[in-house]
Amino acid sequence: MAAEHLDRLRREGRITIVGASLAGLRAAETLRAEGFAGELTLIGDEPYEPYDRPPLSKSVLLGRADPHRTELPRRRETDATWRLGVTATGLDLTAGRVRLSDGDEVEYDRLLIATGVRARPWPKESEARLDGVFLLRTRDDAAGLYQRLRSGPRRVFVIGAGFAGCEVASACREQGIQVTVAERAGAPLVGALGGVVGAVAADLMREHGVDLRTRVTVTALEGDATGRVRAVHLSDESVVEADVVVVSLGSQRNTEWLDGSGLGAGPRGIACDAGCRAFDFRGIVTDDVFVAGDVARSPHALFEYQFLSLEHWGNAVAQAETAAHNMICDGADRRPHLWMPAFWSSQFGVNIKSVGVPPMGEELMITQGSTAERRFVGVYGHKGRVVAAVSFDNTRWLEFYQRAIERGAPFPPEYPTMDRRAENRHPVPADFPDPSLPTHGPMVTLSGWSPADTQLVFHPARH
Amino acid sequence: MRLVVDLNKCQGYAQCAFLAPDVFAMHGEESLVYDPQPDHEQRERLARAVAACPVQAITADGVDGHGALRGPEAPDGR
Repeated sequence: MAAEHLDRLRREGRITIVGASLAGLRAAETLRAEGFAGELTLIGDEPYEPYDRPPLSKSVLLGRADPHRTELPRRRETDATWRLGVTATGLDLTAGRVRLSDGDEVEYDRLLIATGVRARPWPKESEARLDGVFLLRTRDDAAGLYQRLRSGPRRVFVIGAGFAGCEVASACREQGIQVTVAERAGAPLVGALGGVVGAVAADLMREHGVDLRTRVTVTALEGDATGRVRAVHLSDESVVEADVVVVSLGSQRNTEWLDGSGLGAGPRGIACDAGCRAFDFRGIVTDDVFVAGDVARSPHALFEYQFLSLEHWGNAVAQAETAAHNMICDGADRRPHLWMPAFWSSQFGVNIKSVGVPPMGEELMITQGSTAERRFVGVYGHKGRVVAAVSFDNTRWLEFYQRAIERGAPFPPEYPTMDRRAENRHPVPADFPDPSLPTHGPMVTLSGWSPADTQLVFHPARH
Repeated sequence: MRLVVDLNKCQGYAQCAFLAPDVFAMHGEESLVYDPQPDHEQRERLARAVAACPVQAITADGVDGHGALRGPEAPDGR
């Protein structure tokens, strides 16, 4: 009976994918590759076919790639109906229907939600509207910012020193543009890599002529009579004149359209099981709704079954493939999503890469190279196990540490390593910010607080 | 022609930058920058770069006139 049902789904079912970026596209391709022959619909709020975002903060800002020409290569024909420039506005789980902003409705037998995230806007709307204030998430954002960088701004001001903010600052310096970066924490990248590595990133930025200001917040953006931004006011009472401001305050998950749907969706994304099936708000897994990419939170066996929310390019690809596979399979044929978290960043001439989940680590050990030389590998430990590694211009060693994470190898590592320096004989505190304190959204959300810790307060949404 | 490089996989061997220097360039010690939509005259060089990548990190389409040229079928982590 079940086999017959599945057979019919694969032959003539209707699958809808909400979100037409990296995860949506790779899911569609995987569905076709694995023999789905039914109706496939993709809904995307941007008017473009799926494009790649990582270049937007790197090669595009350096003028080495056209912001309007980063469409993703296709692995295969998807033979799908693309509804682009249309936003999903609601979901009826009982009827199996997605409501669209143009008044249309799309019915599905299986649904994949891959709506991703958007850039967190500057909270004061009138200031956010000033000419010269930019977000950086979409290709239109990148095109506008690149144009402005080309016109010779006197100073660019970047609010927030996460990866995107640091990459923008790097692109500015490479083109000889004056740039100030303001960060609320004590160093750049602390949310992702901790204070020890953050201090290395801070030195790197300052060496390249960035005016980096830490432990400050921006209190106001000031415009001139013509509505152009002209200065930035900081919490330490200082004022910095700037004609371009890049707001780089992390991202917000695109889940508002699911309010009231009964799905377990909220500001931290959509929780799902290891097979990418979404939970409803009661914590009961749904049968026909799947999630993938930046908007998903799924438990990971290697990391204490914490529900990880990973804003990583590679996660979008791997999770989309797993979700698509599971959508048209049953029982034992389904696969868990056990991708090893990994990301990269390129800034100030240095290639920064990581595997595992650094924010889980309480301790850090520089096992190879030296932070002073900006060439090193750092290994993060949690409860006596290796949980992550980071490399600065040392990517070829990462695979070795990935295997160590997979094996749950002991921390600190018990073996001698190549290029170990005398000063790095012992682990040091990794110095991550207290996860219970409010901060801008980290790239990796760790949810593993026992209720006994009373670190999180549960506020049910009011529908 | 469109291409994307999985920079998690990329280990900076620079074979692509050597075989298709107008498409790929090393930036610093081991970072890679590339043109995601190179001109068609780069077709053969790009095809060689895709084939030569030691870690199969490059996915490209429109190179051989039918479908994608790509690295491994399965992503990491299976």
